[in-house]
Amino acid sequence: MIEISHVNKWYGPSFQVLKDCTTRVAKGEVVVVCGPSGSGKSTLIKCVNALEPFQEGQIILDGIKVNDPKTDLPKLRARVGMVFQHFELFPHLRIIENLCLAQEKVLGRSHDEAMAKGQKLLERVGLTVHANKYPAELSGGQQQRVAIARALAMDPIAMLFDEPTSALDPEMISEVLDVMVDLAHEGMTMMVVTHEMGFASKVAHRVIFMDKGEIVEDALKTDFFGSPRSERAQKFLSKILSH
Amino acid sequence: MFDNLDFDVIRRSLPYLFLDGMSFTLMLTGLSALGGLVFGTLIALMRLSGYKLLGSIAGLYVDFMRSLPLVLVIFWFYFLVPYIGQWLTGASRPIRVGAFTSSLVTFIMFEAAYFSEIMRAGIQSISKGQPAAASALGLTYSQSMRYIVLPQAFRNMLPVLLTQTIVLFQDTSLVYVLSIPDFLGAASKVAQRDGRLVEMYLFAAAVYFVISCVASYGVRRLQARIAIVR
Amino acid sequence: MNYNWNWHIFFEPNPTGAGTYLDMLMSGLLLTIQTALLAWVIALFFGTIVGILRSLPSRTASWIGFGYVEFFRNMPLLVQLFLWFFVLPELLPRGAGLWLKQIPNAPFWTAAIGVGLFMSARVAVQLAAGIASLPRGQKNAATALGLTTAQGYRYVLLPIAFRIILPPLTSEFLNTIKNTSVAITIGLIELTGQARAMQEFSFQVFEAFTAATVMYLAINIVVVTGMRFLERSLAIPGYITGK
Repeated sequence: MIEISHVNKWYGPSFQVLKDCTTRVAKGEVVVVCGPSGSGKSTLIKCVNALEPFQEGQIILDGIKVNDPKTDLPKLRARVGMVFQHFELFPHLRIIENLCLAQEKVLGRSHDEAMAKGQKLLERVGLTVHANKYPAELSGGQQQRVAIARALAMDPIAMLFDEPTSALDPEMISEVLDVMVDLAHEGMTMMVVTHEMGFASKVAHRVIFMDKGEIVEDALKTDFFGSPRSERAQKFLSKILSH
Repeated sequence: MFDNLDFDVIRRSLPYLFLDGMSFTLMLTGLSALGGLVFGTLIALMRLSGYKLLGSIAGLYVDFMRSLPLVLVIFWFYFLVPYIGQWLTGASRPIRVGAFTSSLVTFIMFEAAYFSEIMRAGIQSISKGQPAAASALGLTYSQSMRYIVLPQAFRNMLPVLLTQTIVLFQDTSLVYVLSIPDFLGAASKVAQRDGRLVEMYLFAAAVYFVISCVASYGVRRLQARIAIVR
Repeated sequence: MNYNWNWHIFFEPNPTGAGTYLDMLMSGLLLTIQTALLAWVIALFFGTIVGILRSLPSRTASWIGFGYVEFFRNMPLLVQLFLWFFVLPELLPRGAGLWLKQIPNAPFWTAAIGVGLFMSARVAVQLAAGIASLPRGQKNAATALGLTTAQGYRYVLLPIAFRIILPPLTSEFLNTIKNTSVAITIGLIELTGQARAMQEFSFQVFEAFTAATVMYLAINIVVVTGMRFLERSLAIPGYITGK
């Protein structure tokens, strides 16, 4: 589904943020990407839907080359859902309007169709009663659930999560993770940047560990948690699991 | 298109344009900025003094001035200043006031309203800990303003104050409505005398443009330097 | 102060033979409002385009925006009006120049366009600052949903940015009204011009200017009240602008 091969990215002439990154995510697979901050994991996931350009290598998404200048990027992006660290709901639109905007403007769905889809997804994330509120009237956890619903409304073939719980208060993390676990169980293809190792051990098929722009470890979940090969991953794991 | 233009008229009138016109403009700009800053700082201090009456008088003055077009204010003071002079000196008739004095009073009073808002923002941007530290050292209110708060406020606001001065520099051209020969007035005088409107106004525009551009470039450089120091 | 006040002057017939001095001032007030409204429409139109240009990642676009703003900001408004009124018709091909000179109400159109373009540079600066103040993620979220750049601006960035800059836009609108008085120099007899005319005919200097002053204050109060109402009705529940 997602094939990343030999991606190199620089900021400016000398600072390399991604070094020869290669990996793939199969259909229905859940891959967790972790690593210390500044390791390039967020940048890598943003390269997948071309929010970030990269200079070398290639990414192929469902058979389409992302970094081909001839690719219709808006069309491609509409097929992959993305959830951001800071939710990024549109503050001036009601919750239901947040869900409808791209359905109507990008997919060309009728307003009624978009509304029906939006309502169904709100129900699914348990927020039907808030449909007519504005984002700032909701808690962080609720906003993030709306953001997931907004992405799902586009009927994506895969979902990208960029640290979806790291801006949340601790008591709200589980409500968001629950939605994500459900999604995983339904067979959604997911690439998730997160530090939530509980989530990783529950639903991930593979774990990728990145450090300093490199993919240091790319292993099946059991191998990664059981016996990480690299010293850096061991250190990282012991730090993150110690509390 | 340009065949019947005579740009030599500019060369011939250069001494008049710059020695008379531009020196009037720059003098007016400089003195008005200085006066406006002093007067504006006083107004800002009044507004922040905590005395309700003083504060509302200052606030009213600022709101009033900022509601009026500069052209109207120029007319107001042009006719008012002689009477103010009479009242101040106790003369029996309205005194005669020169074009420069009249414009200077106008611009000081007008710009004070704008400078006071900048200085107020500047004073408010200083953390409360600064005057607290000053009074802990035993400084009086006026000492802490004079030595601690105002110097910092002035330094922080210097780019904004200078930008406002560039606006003022351009605004002084409005004394044209009183037929005073500032730079634009001088250019216009030559333009009408020699029937060379196109040449003279293009030249005047270019001169204002170059001076303002260079000045605002300087302000941007200054701003970048201040940003680094902080 | 030995000045002969005569407040009845407003109800005496003015020398044009059409109505009283008060009528004269009122017609000036009307012209001020008409000129300012047209100028404001022009300022918003060009200001929005240039503001968007300045916020685009393309270097060419932002340079064009920068040049536009610098051009209109670094010349006194009075000089700009002279350029449009006296210089432009001479520089055009003979026929076009002649046509321009013979337009009826030339001072009105020149003032509206001249003040409008002058103010458009300031609107552009405000808008660009408003867009720049939005979290980067908003643009990313719009992009990730598949919205094109134009759609992102139309449905997401501009609606939020304009709400944020509403207070400074109010002052710019007031500035537009005040700036129309500069057009007195190209023969537009708006409010300040009528006050000046009344002073010349009646010699009641201070009455004339007092009346004009009161009218400008009234315009200010109306505009400020109206804009407050607009701000309230456009406010997004729970969202604090400027954060």
